Amino acid sequence: MALKRIEATYNRGHHIFATFVACVTFLLIIAGALVTSNDAGLSIPDWPTSFGSFSVPPLNGGVKYEWSHRLIAGSIVLLTISIAVWTWSIERRRWMHWLGVAALGTVIVQAILGGLTVLLFQPPWISSAHAAVAQTFFCIAVTIAVFTARRWVEEQPRVEFDSRKPSLFTLALLSIFVLYVQLILGAMFRHHGMSWWPHVANSVIVAFVLCWTAVRALAVYSEIQAVRRPAILMLSLLIAQLCLGFAAFVTRVAWGRNAAQPELPMVVSTVAHVAVGALLLATTVILAIQVWRHVPVAFAERVPQAEGTASAA
Amino acid sequence: MNKKIGCRGMMVGMVALCGLLLLAACNKKENTEQSSNAPAEQTAAPATAPTPIDPATAATVSGTVKFDGTAPKAAKIDMSQDPACKGTNEAENVVVDGGDLANVFVYVKDGLGSRTFDVPKDPVVLEQQGCKYHPHVLGVMTGQTVEIKNSDQTTHNIHPTPKDNREWNESQPPSTPPLDKTFAREEIMLPVKCNQHPWMKMYINVVKSPFFAVTDKAGKYEIKGLPPGDYTLAFVHEKLGEQDQKVTVAPKDSKTVDASFKAGMGE
Repeated sequence: MALKRIEATYNRGHHIFATFVACVTFLLIIAGALVTSNDAGLSIPDWPTSFGSFSVPPLNGGVKYEWSHRLIAGSIVLLTISIAVWTWSIERRRWMHWLGVAALGTVIVQAILGGLTVLLFQPPWISSAHAAVAQTFFCIAVTIAVFTARRWVEEQPRVEFDSRKPSLFTLALLSIFVLYVQLILGAMFRHHGMSWWPHVANSVIVAFVLCWTAVRALAVYSEIQAVRRPAILMLSLLIAQLCLGFAAFVTRVAWGRNAAQPELPMVVSTVAHVAVGALLLATTVILAIQVWRHVPVAFAERVPQAEGTASAA
Repeated sequence: MNKKIGCRGMMVGMVALCGLLLLAACNKKENTEQSSNAPAEQTAAPATAPTPIDPATAATVSGTVKFDGTAPKAAKIDMSQDPACKGTNEAENVVVDGGDLANVFVYVKDGLGSRTFDVPKDPVVLEQQGCKYHPHVLGVMTGQTVEIKNSDQTTHNIHPTPKDNREWNESQPPSTPPLDKTFAREEIMLPVKCNQHPWMKMYINVVKSPFFAVTDKAGKYEIKGLPPGDYTLAFVHEKLGEQDQKVTVAPKDSKTVDASFKAGMGE
């Protein structure tokens, strides 16, 4: 039985809007990080209203961080509804419909977690889940932007089969996994649910796995631009992230332990660490997607001996 | 089939959202009830009749708390993020003046047995002025009202983060009536903070007896009206930890019990 190939068409407006949603999501992650770094998470004690109303409150002290975060988050909900409906109505790829629905579902879960973190006074697990789901949503928004790009829709992908073990795709998935664990450990420390050392210890594993993935991608598949670019970006972001992690540790754990209030170096380093962490995770997801497309795993054992050619996974 | 799954997912999401909104509504109602019902909770506090103390035999314990070594320099606080917060401000985590240590909570930790005491009808006042809490360390009896005032021209939020009492977080705009709050259980060094002004921190100490005091700027404290007996006196500092001392007081006794803390204690 022959598989029916679904022809997707490039829609410039849809792609630009998807990219815009991803950019606003990144802004929202920075806004959320500012709330935590400035210890302003409960500066507005109620939810979904702010001081009992939906109007703009006086933006004094920590309120300006929390209310800006809520404003951008509200905008993201509307933008996500729009992108989900738009995707559903114009996309010919059925799985893209469900990616839009997944984005909408994730943003609803995220809003619920945001509400719970305020109403239950920031329990570490809920606040950490809020941080992790934020970056999950960012990754979904980025993948929608990637899948709607002209390059993805119209390009005839160059394919090279991967027969190494572990495969590059496995390494890319492992990279996503260790980054996600790192994200949860970092969030738990940030929200006072755990000590700092598991996050620092896991950073060694993250550095090792991501370097392994990047080196394999660049050493073997550097001629495939779609793989080379995210691999180089991932490596660069990893180096930046390790430096920012060190800066965050020094300013917050070493110097800021007895600080009377969140100080500027502490806020800048921790917010940058969160932002670059989100970019690193999203870049690794893009790398995994491009590897899946361009460097599929060859299942030699499934190929009949007589034919002797590998088939794509 | 896929549409059915999608609709079901949406329904689950909507139900969860409705549940959350219900929680938000309940939270508001609870906060309102907590404020308005404070006097009722206050009168209900002593379960049994208070044990009488003969004023003719009551003793006094007083003393001075010292800081041994070089006192850490108080950190300057930057209040520029709120124009309504004027003046200078310094961290009050270790306040030392000429070797005298302020803000140490001193209380009778042990020795009172099963005695019960009347809860004072007068509230203890906690004031927010100059984007600082006054006082920085407060003592209160279980069930006694804490009257929280906002004298600033900005909104504060009061957020105790207790271990044994109920946590709450309420905002208090300028020129609004005081908030009346009570604490049901004993708890020492219960942190209170303002999430709008992250430098604003203070500690409430909730005890069952009226035998407590907080050291002043000269490091001095005085506990009056203590019935004769053997007691354990606890000296608790937010950063430097706790020290206990045994003391025996005879009728009409006036004992001096001093204490001394060193840098690095409590870490």
